[in-house]
Amino acid sequence: MQVDNIDRRLLRHLQEDGSLTMVELASRAGLSAGACWRRVEKMEAAGVIEGRDVVINHSAMGYAVEVFLRITLDKTQGNAFDEFTKAARDIPEVGAIQTLLGRVDIRMDVRARDLSHYQEIYKERILALPHINDVEALMLISEVKNTEALPL
Amino acid sequence: MMELDEKDHGIIRALKRDGSLNAAAVGKAVGLTQPSAWRRIRRLEEGGVILGRRVRLNKAALGFEVVVYLGVKLAAKGQVSLEDFERAVCAVPEVQLVQHVLGVYDYRLKVVARDLSDFERILRRRIMTLPGVGEVESNVMLSEIG
Repeated sequence: MQVDNIDRRLLRHLQEDGSLTMVELASRAGLSAGACWRRVEKMEAAGVIEGRDVVINHSAMGYAVEVFLRITLDKTQGNAFDEFTKAARDIPEVGAIQTLLGRVDIRMDVRARDLSHYQEIYKERILALPHINDVEALMLISEVKNTEALPL
Repeated sequence: MMELDEKDHGIIRALKRDGSLNAAAVGKAVGLTQPSAWRRIRRLEEGGVILGRRVRLNKAALGFEVVVYLGVKLAAKGQVSLEDFERAVCAVPEVQLVQHVLGVYDYRLKVVARDLSDFERILRRRIMTLPGVGEVESNVMLSEIG
């Protein structure tokens, strides 16, 4: 699907505020509600708009500690990536897992209630994962910017 | 911190799977009526657990093929102001995420780009020129799970 300038305008408004109703979106973009609805519908059908995500504040749920682990795997084992990610997905405190091209192979987020909870997860679950060569940890101090908005 | 029970956790799980669900669908997923699901969602929003909803766009369909995670060390600690760096890096439209971290790097950034040469342009013109920036490590994202 070809996205034109009016579509991009709609997407910019939606990126700014994901809770806009169709009527609000139409008026901000200067379109009729019908035309707006047809365009959004078309972008949803074409998969340009994939869906809606809720933004969860984990610290309000009692998860005060967030650590990003950067992991290098033992690549002499052919199935290291698959076995590692499969096992890591089973740890409930692990959020997103990403495979990377660069100095590290995997990065993943771990959320814990406090530091002693983190230490327990790290010692008992993370270090037990298969094919780890090295682990590096970055602890979140503060989030300065967090948006999924694309520069459209 | 808010006290959450099993139903609340169920609501959060359902909304994490699909953020477009309305109160009736959420209620159905966790075994609540529409009004009581609606009240609980309201409570989670007012308690700051649910911060809002975000539209999820297909990056590739919009021409953004590359996601890169950067680790940034500031050059001379103490001499550069963190605020100057933070203000400047937040103003870069291709930078989606800026996290101040403790560890081998000072900041973690997530950058979206159209392709690798677009990323090189952003890195050279926008990132390497930030005030106080020192060592930068790039890791290109290949895939994301969960």
